Amino acid sequence: MKRLSELPAWLRWSLYAAGGVLLLTVVQTLEGTDRLTSVTSAQSMLRWAIPILLAGLGGLYSERAGVVNIGLEGMMILGTWFGAWGAITYGAWWGIVAGIIGGALGGLLHAVATVTFGVDHIISGVAVNILAPGITRFLSSEILTNIPGGSITQSPRVPGVGSATIPFLAGGTIGNWTTPDLFGWLGTREWFFISDFANLLKGVMTRVSWVTLIAVLLVPLTAWLLWRTRFGLRLRICGERPEAGEAQGIDVYRYKYIGVVISGALAGMAGAFIASPELSGIYLEGQTTGRGFIGLAALIFGNWRPIGVLGGALLFGYPFGIGLRDLDGSASHGLILVNAIGLAAVAIWAFTRSKRTDTVLALALSGIFALWYFTTDVVPDVWINILPFVIVLLVLIFFAQRLRPPAADGLRYRKGQT
Amino acid sequence: MKAIPLWKRASLLLAAPVAALIFSILMSSIVLVLSGSSPLRAYADMFEHASRLETMIDILNRATPLYIAGVAAAIGFRMNLFNIGVEGQYLLAAIVAAHLGAMVTLTPVLHVTFIMLVAMVVGAAYSGFAGLLKVTRGVNEVISTIMLNAIAISGLVAYLVRLWQAGGAIDPGSAQQVGTTPIPESGLLPDLNVVVEGLFRELRQGKELTGVLLVAILVGVGYHVLVNRTRFGFDLRASGINPFAANVGGVPPKRMVVAAMALSGAIAGLVGLSEIMHIGFFPANPIKGLGFTGIAVALLGRNHPLGIVFAALIFAFLDVSSGVLQFTGAASREIVVIMQGVIILAAVVAYEIARRAREKEEARAAAEAMVAV
Repeated sequence: MKRLSELPAWLRWSLYAAGGVLLLTVVQTLEGTDRLTSVTSAQSMLRWAIPILLAGLGGLYSERAGVVNIGLEGMMILGTWFGAWGAITYGAWWGIVAGIIGGALGGLLHAVATVTFGVDHIISGVAVNILAPGITRFLSSEILTNIPGGSITQSPRVPGVGSATIPFLAGGTIGNWTTPDLFGWLGTREWFFISDFANLLKGVMTRVSWVTLIAVLLVPLTAWLLWRTRFGLRLRICGERPEAGEAQGIDVYRYKYIGVVISGALAGMAGAFIASPELSGIYLEGQTTGRGFIGLAALIFGNWRPIGVLGGALLFGYPFGIGLRDLDGSASHGLILVNAIGLAAVAIWAFTRSKRTDTVLALALSGIFALWYFTTDVVPDVWINILPFVIVLLVLIFFAQRLRPPAADGLRYRKGQT
Repeated sequence: MKAIPLWKRASLLLAAPVAALIFSILMSSIVLVLSGSSPLRAYADMFEHASRLETMIDILNRATPLYIAGVAAAIGFRMNLFNIGVEGQYLLAAIVAAHLGAMVTLTPVLHVTFIMLVAMVVGAAYSGFAGLLKVTRGVNEVISTIMLNAIAISGLVAYLVRLWQAGGAIDPGSAQQVGTTPIPESGLLPDLNVVVEGLFRELRQGKELTGVLLVAILVGVGYHVLVNRTRFGFDLRASGINPFAANVGGVPPKRMVVAAMALSGAIAGLVGLSEIMHIGFFPANPIKGLGFTGIAVALLGRNHPLGIVFAALIFAFLDVSSGVLQFTGAASREIVVIMQGVIILAAVVAYEIARRAREKEEARAAAEAMVAV
């Protein structure tokens, strides 16, 4: 049998996903709920995953060009304001465009500080994160308060761009013809695992916003652009060995600028999505709630690769999506067991590689989660809000040393100093 | 070797922050003009109010937690560690300290010491965990402290507030739960009104200068002594400049990372004191953002004990001025948030330019010295 790491990325991640769904199915049966793999759960997972995905892809462009971008949060904040303002003033699609431009301006600021002036990337990112809410607050006080229904902290309703259901697979319509609904049919068969998988797939294909569709398509597009084109090769060399790029005659500064501005643009698009009716339908101060940072986490989780970022975004979007619909807490409670089993799997994996510390640590953590699961029936609702962050920490604790960031990521680069 | 003259060094040192200030005043003036306000009137209002004794008290009260947060961040920066988690550390420390402080009965001095110790221990443990993850598992502290921030703020603190609010402080007006159980009088630091009124004049009703100011001063002095006058401080700076060289010199880098993170967190734990000592309990909606602003304050103050004082005062002045502008209507109060953001961004850029200018100057001086030999 071929080793997992030799498989193509899409296949490997599909296998991980299948494993995850199997785990959810088992736990859900134990817990006596159907919420973990329902169609609506998958729908809200995707909605919550999109901003994380866009921010993560944004981080990918920036960090592949060698610039660490913790300013994603601030750029996302700019995106929410500009997105809402653009959509209210000029229409839904212009809102997305405005959000992209707003975020890109934030990216430009970060690029000027880090690339032109050589400021430490983390410091500049912190500064952008402090400046961005100041800008939006000021703009709100100047502009939103003059719009009926708007105030200094929020906007009136934001229009959305509309959505579509995928034909044939999830029963979308072509013209007036309602196509067959393959996954819907499978989902109602009550076949163990297959129906659960079908439900989740139907969920992510039903009433999908056009922006969501674009965001998902950005994953293969990014993979192609960064790994199959000359532009991508040049951008990536700026993140691996900028001196080598310089020796090749590449204008390293230019590529870093491009990377960071694209990064901001995508974070801005994420912000516009958050303000759109897909998630909020309103601009509200502080509504990003750290999702730019989670995008960064998805980037790290995905080992600085597009498909990995998608995997991370779905994983981190899932608990958020579940949390909103989980009124009696049964799904949240079940996710404790998912954690315990996941950690047990990590323990087995570590054991087969004779990593003693990792095995013991994973087993101990797994035991704690299992104990928590079996001794309680309800969990505090804050648990589901912090679950994504806990997962990131756990992933980093066990796999930080296996990750491979771009070699020159976060390092100061000055032209002609090699 | 010929050293660089003092005046040149001093001007290089001061040029950057002054340039950053001027730049941000310029930028905000442009914004104000564009939004149809008079920048001159706005600045006049801000300074006119800042010259009043009551406003100065407000500024000092606001600068106190900012200074402590700035020192907390600076301790990490000195070792090239980015403790982004000051925010989570201070909120978590404050709620635990307020709760435990309300549960015990002690004599006045002991009680205050106990609350401060609890806050420091909680902060140190929470940030020390990030340090531990860094040295044992190779987890970058920027990412781990960001995650720990979220876990503390939207998880632990949100949970504990609800848990400990039951039977806690009650607002007499609305009879609603507003926070944790009030700390007895013996656990609160007295205000410093006696000093102010002794020096100047009677304060208006309700104004008080926070006693935590003394804690901030102690923190500042302690930070100066620790970094510049002790073996630990020397090791800290050495590891920050070159961990490999420091290691060869007998400074265990891993232990230094954990120690620096824990110390940074211990100081961060004190940030929340100014709120719990003022109102006597941890409120349901505490003042947030002090940790992030503290990072900015440390950057603006160049991690220097006195530099951070000025940075904290500038940020506090701007914060307080926002209320003034609201009151006089000279400009949108939000302009001060933009000013803060621009100052910090301009300052880090200016420091970078100054650093390069200084390096060039040093290289030139060294070259001249070589020629002279």
